[in-house]
Amino acid sequence: MSRALALLHRLSGVVLALYLPAHFWVLAHALQLDSFLAWTEQPAVKFAEWGLVTLLALHLAGGLRVLVLEFLPWRDWAKGLAALAAGFAIAAGLAFALAL
Amino acid sequence: MSRRTETLLWVAQRASAAVLALCVLVHLATMIYAVRGGLTGAEILARTRGNVAWLAFYSVFVVAVAVHAPIGLRAVLGEWLGWRGRAREVFLAAFALALAGMGLWAVRGVFA
Repeated sequence: MSRALALLHRLSGVVLALYLPAHFWVLAHALQLDSFLAWTEQPAVKFAEWGLVTLLALHLAGGLRVLVLEFLPWRDWAKGLAALAAGFAIAAGLAFALAL
Repeated sequence: MSRRTETLLWVAQRASAAVLALCVLVHLATMIYAVRGGLTGAEILARTRGNVAWLAFYSVFVVAVAVHAPIGLRAVLGEWLGWRGRAREVFLAAFALALAGMGLWAVRGVFA
């Protein structure tokens, strides 16, 4: 699980880094345009939004796990931490899906 | 790249991660709260414009991201694509500047 989470942490980081320029561009330009927000109402866009929020939660949880493993001495916590990180990401994803 | 610079990048990656951990938690909570009941552009801007505290918060968030993301990509480019050397560092420096510039431009648009 730790290895899978490390891979997901890296992959989610790459996706988020690639998404950020588009995110910033939209916020700088299109927030005034309700036509853009109407476009975001499409199911496929909603699903992509949900995916990005879940990836963000996953990257956060995976990153906190790395910080704890590197800076705190309790290495036998690794398995529990991985499960905690995955659980947090799922919870955040579900909360966002319910709020949508 | 010298060992000293590598160490500096490692420290910058961890320090920015610590800042981002807090920023992302707040951002996730804000998003989950904000999207309830749908959004209109006018509603968002009415809530955000002129809010100095959020402007400061998101400015810090953007700067931390502009430090964190390129260092993360650097490892991925090196380990997965074998891309190392000067060209990679120049590309990543440009990416960092672009993220900071675009991010602060977006923050200004939403909160200023």
